Amino acid sequence: MEKNQENISLVTADGTPLKISLARAQRRSKIIAFLMVFPLLLFITIAFIGPIADMLMLSVDNSIVKKILPKSAEALQKWDEYSGQLPDEEVFAAIVEEIKQAKASKQHTKIGSRFNYESSGFSSLFRKTGRKVKKIKSPPFKDGLIKADKRWGEIYTWQVIKQNSSNYTDGYYLAALDFKREFSSGNIKSLESKDSIYLKLFFRTILLSTLITFLTFVIGFPLSYMLSSVSTRISNILIIFVLLPFWTSLLVRTTSWIALLQQEGVINDFLLLVGFINEDGRLAMIHNATGTVVAMTHILLPFMVLPLFSVMKTIPKSYVRAAISLGAHPWKAFWKIYFPNTGPGIGAGSILVFILAIGYYITPALVGGSSGTFISNRIAYHISSSLNWGLGSAIGVILLGIVLLFFVLYHRIVGINNMKLG
Amino acid sequence: MNYFMRTIMSITAFVVVGMVSQAMATELVVVSWGGAYTASQQNAYHQPYMDRTPGVKIVNDDSAGSAVAKLRAMKQAGNTTWDLVDAVASDAMMLCDEGLVDEIDHNSVLANGADGSSATEDFGDFIVSPCFIPQIVYSTTFGYRKDKVSRPMKSVCDVFDLKSFPGKRSLEKKPINNLEWALICDGVSPSKVYDVLGTDAGVRRALAKLDTIKSSVVWWTAGAQTPQLLADGEVVVGSTYNGRLFALIEEQKQPVAMLWDWQVFDLDGWVVPSEGKNKAEVMKYLRFATDTQRLADQAKFISYGPTRASSAPMVGNHAKLGIAMAPHMPTDPNNAKTTLLFNYEFWADNRDDLDAKFNAWLLK
Repeated sequence: MEKNQENISLVTADGTPLKISLARAQRRSKIIAFLMVFPLLLFITIAFIGPIADMLMLSVDNSIVKKILPKSAEALQKWDEYSGQLPDEEVFAAIVEEIKQAKASKQHTKIGSRFNYESSGFSSLFRKTGRKVKKIKSPPFKDGLIKADKRWGEIYTWQVIKQNSSNYTDGYYLAALDFKREFSSGNIKSLESKDSIYLKLFFRTILLSTLITFLTFVIGFPLSYMLSSVSTRISNILIIFVLLPFWTSLLVRTTSWIALLQQEGVINDFLLLVGFINEDGRLAMIHNATGTVVAMTHILLPFMVLPLFSVMKTIPKSYVRAAISLGAHPWKAFWKIYFPNTGPGIGAGSILVFILAIGYYITPALVGGSSGTFISNRIAYHISSSLNWGLGSAIGVILLGIVLLFFVLYHRIVGINNMKLG
Repeated sequence: MNYFMRTIMSITAFVVVGMVSQAMATELVVVSWGGAYTASQQNAYHQPYMDRTPGVKIVNDDSAGSAVAKLRAMKQAGNTTWDLVDAVASDAMMLCDEGLVDEIDHNSVLANGADGSSATEDFGDFIVSPCFIPQIVYSTTFGYRKDKVSRPMKSVCDVFDLKSFPGKRSLEKKPINNLEWALICDGVSPSKVYDVLGTDAGVRRALAKLDTIKSSVVWWTAGAQTPQLLADGEVVVGSTYNGRLFALIEEQKQPVAMLWDWQVFDLDGWVVPSEGKNKAEVMKYLRFATDTQRLADQAKFISYGPTRASSAPMVGNHAKLGIAMAPHMPTDPNNAKTTLLFNYEFWADNRDDLDAKFNAWLLK
């Protein structure tokens, strides 16, 4: 049977079987194709996948404790933190030695900052101990350390250290989701509503981003329709007006909204002039959620208009004409024939605007006041001001998760293939 | 052809010489705040130093606002391109804790005071961290619209008095300073402010006081916002850095007056990145740039007080406006009747916690 098949197989001019020759040619083109995308692949790995992996690592990484306090962490394992007793002399000896070493390499304050994220006061505890530790020369180290700072004599201090001594931590995620670990009992409790920050901000970010997406659609749809129905020459000029804000600095556009919307601003002055409002009734349209929504709708509008426009241009005018000539009311012809055809553009524009909006931070920071700031403002704060990169990363990972979730939802409901970017 | 060749060769020679001479000059990248502040540094010590040290070129980088995060990122990437960074004291302390900047032996690196005192005596308590070289004292304080109030504002508690002084106020979107002022105006003795603020009940008390004006507050995040809001008449009174208010009042002639009551002193100064590449040159530069004369000179260009005690008597007139600068210094006795010094230790411990509580309060 096999022999038979070999006999009838086709060969090329130089005698190699066609199958092998074909595979070889295909392999070559595959290699060439791979080589062509290789630079892009490399770029994406370095500039995109790498940083995201790094962010994931940062949000759980706690290796610093075992690096700076290895022996103390080890010795603490034997201690029962709920026994009501302070750890043994062995633990005190180990931590005195390790703080001395850390002080020499100036790392004792670093570990203090790490614990301070979990419980306030550790920053000064380690800084102060670092200053005094060289005086603790002989045992008992327990007394020496407690003399250096009395907080070493509190069981709570050791509970915090022990419960944060493994190489990975869930502390940043707990904080990012408004939970708190009570180190005295080891229980995880959710924060009371009045103390909650991040959940409220996540919710607000999603809500306002949805509203902004909807508003860009409401404004962008008729605009794109007009652009697609006028002659190419005019639409080219009009497109420039759509793109013009794109070429203006984001900060300029944002601050010009401040000039327009503020209480002593142009719009309030105009309303006052026309008699819509009186001097005391000037509207607060900026430094609140309204300001964020208005400024961001304006800034993100082109991202809705462009995909809509490119899709609308491809819808033949004859469809609606045909529907009308067959007796449909113009409104029905629009709704049943034209509108469904714009679906891929609406999908692409909405996803684009929504994802951009959910990660915005400059505009909300400048015009958002306290009711219009987004979750990304907290990420920026933790990355650039508080240096708590672990917490910043954890919030970032959750935000990424939310975006992916919306993407999956979109795929389930509309289908990712049914999207056209231009 | 001959002419063409000659031109090519001379251009090449020019470029090569240019590159060589550039390679010979040491470039010091100095990171500061930009705007009027960097200009005051350029005039008071960058330019004079370059004039007397021909081999050194000082390059200004205006990204001090994000220096903390960038320094850490640079160190992690193993490529620190900055030589000297201007930082507020609390950030300097955090950078020092993180090991991102070097500890300094103030007496050996810095010059003695003009009066013969050692650097540590001359700077005194202003050396709040072993890594920190103080330059200026600035204060966060209030300015108010003279034309929009019925009587001059005298007390910081007037900010909390919506009845006598209706209208919006701008406050920084941070717990720092606001909580202190709230407690003082709620009747806490100023010397006890940080003891009270260290307790949960104290934080609640401060936030409750802020609650009374919350609906009238515009929260600012950049120092330039309050001067703008005051100039536009958006707010009646607002907090910001005193130098910004000086520019608003004296340079832009806006109808704004200072409210110095319970101004919070803070410090700004140099830190040396631990991975900097020109440290030897930086030390020479620091010795010059922080001496008594240079710090006094800086006050000619901006209304921030010199941190050396020996510089204070030498503060003269503004370089352009010609007005005496001493009465505009936050440290002037007339302005400094009631002051708080930023409590660095307290905020290093409680910043994360109080920031979370403050933001939760904002969201309510």
